[in-house]
Amino acid sequence: MQFGIFTVGDVTTDPTTGHTPDDTERVRSMLTIAQHAEEVGLDVFATGEHHNPPFVPSSPTTMLGYLAAKTERIVLSTSTTLITTNDPVKIAEDYAMLQVISDGRMDLMMGRGNTGPVYPWFGQDIRQGIPLAIENYALLRRLWDEEVVDWQGKFRTPLQGFTSTPRPLDGVPPFVWHGSIRSPEIAEQAAYYGDGFFHNNIFWPVEHTATMVAYYRRRFEHYGHGAADQAIVGLGGQVFMRARSQDAVREFRPYFDVAPVYGHGPTLEEFTEQTPLTVGSPQQVIDRYASMREHVGDYQRQMFLMDHAGLPLKTVLEQLDLLGGEVVPVLRREMEAKRPAHVPADPPSHAERVAARAAAAAPAPGSTAPVADRWTGRTAEDDAPAAARAGSAFGL
Amino acid sequence: MTTRTLAVVTAGLSQPSSTRLLADRLAQATADELAAREITADVRTFELRDIAHDVVNMMLTGFPSAALKDVLDTVTGADGVIAVTPLFTTSYSGLFKSFVDVLDKDSLAGMPVLLGATGGTPRHSLALEYSLRPLFTYLRADVAGTAVFAATDDWAGEADAVNPLPGRIRRAGRELAEMVAARENSGPVDVFADAPSFAQLLGDL
Repeated sequence: MQFGIFTVGDVTTDPTTGHTPDDTERVRSMLTIAQHAEEVGLDVFATGEHHNPPFVPSSPTTMLGYLAAKTERIVLSTSTTLITTNDPVKIAEDYAMLQVISDGRMDLMMGRGNTGPVYPWFGQDIRQGIPLAIENYALLRRLWDEEVVDWQGKFRTPLQGFTSTPRPLDGVPPFVWHGSIRSPEIAEQAAYYGDGFFHNNIFWPVEHTATMVAYYRRRFEHYGHGAADQAIVGLGGQVFMRARSQDAVREFRPYFDVAPVYGHGPTLEEFTEQTPLTVGSPQQVIDRYASMREHVGDYQRQMFLMDHAGLPLKTVLEQLDLLGGEVVPVLRREMEAKRPAHVPADPPSHAERVAARAAAAAPAPGSTAPVADRWTGRTAEDDAPAAARAGSAFGL
Repeated sequence: MTTRTLAVVTAGLSQPSSTRLLADRLAQATADELAAREITADVRTFELRDIAHDVVNMMLTGFPSAALKDVLDTVTGADGVIAVTPLFTTSYSGLFKSFVDVLDKDSLAGMPVLLGATGGTPRHSLALEYSLRPLFTYLRADVAGTAVFAATDDWAGEADAVNPLPGRIRRAGRELAEMVAARENSGPVDVFADAPSFAQLLGDL
């Protein structure tokens, strides 16, 4: 099982000191945090994508490309990549580039984004969020899977003879997660493609998370990608720790009380009871998160939100020390001990996906595929008039 | 005898409140009329005061507390709803509207609803018709023709000698009982059961 951190990249005033970082300071903090995540033994760093203050991470692949060079082992990911307002062509190009640069040490998570005004800034409409996610992702897949793409859809200008470069590393596109909190349509989409499903449950009761994940697992099996318990599931989390739990509560409460999203709402005690937020000793965090599998089944990736609400960089780095030093090693052991052998331990790595594709595509002796033209990717068969059929734009 | 569930939502703030008193009277009148039709009423009454903090928290966090979820599930899964609010500054109370705001906008579609309101003076009685009724029309609820307004004077029994409060309550209860008795409750919407398949999602583009 993989453990990592994901950041929203919010610029928030530290309520205990009044200090507000500027954008430059916040971006550099994120870079430091990501590198420290590797140093303390975490497996994944993911950044959000936002195009409105008070958030700074507007250009995830720039940040992740830098981190790919500065780190050696940690998987770089997103939380999330906006499949609605980004051009799927640009996503295909940017993340294939990141895949090549990081030598496959990356994946990415699709999300719709929930800020209404951002959509029109990019020529879109939030009420079309689901159709945008469906169509754009279908195009993204084709841009990665097919050398030359002819495409026409509803939301983007058509493509004729388009090739997205660089081509995916070893011909195998990055692994993709789909993140959603409330929409069964997105769980359905993840299941259809056999992609991962991430439920960002940090602001939600676990019963809701269990329902969403169960639906994804059922549909994953329905589409023939494996048994329901083999579907690739990720969860969010949020913790604040000190050696003594009362110290953790005392230190975190002023940040909690005025935090973005949930501040001025439920009390810290109510919120920790209702959501995965755990404020206390490392052992309390271990106990809470070791129980998550009882609600959603054995899962492959656990992400933690550690650096929001104006927490100073020094505190965040201390939190990572506790997470990587005391919590994750124990959770890793406990989760691995309970995992049935047929359930994947981790999401598929690039090397595993390359091997899986080679195994699936091993040609029968003597068979030959039609030869594609080096530059247009067309074969002789393509020049025969193809009967138009419903869904042909999606390669169905 | 069959059973029908009546969810009663009252937004009165004082305890005891005249709004709760009106809600209880409307529920009793409806239950009596259902009993005459061989139907047992299972009346569940909720004082919004008890879940006021939870309602505001749901607006801030997006999800209901366990206590509020119980209320939402009962109200949206009921066979009929009686909604009663005090009138504050010409309209339903803010707490009442906040509760309606955290309901899913489709969750009361087709629901038989009886409206009631209380106020200090009968001069506010039409607030039921210009504020509450359009609100529930927007939610596509099936609102009873009679909505009952009780002013302070109505509790004296002689405020309206021609059309006294008890008579209006009886008529409203009869209307709701007829709607509840006739309605086939298909239960709350299950978003997972109704979720489109991927083929449908593609087809809808």
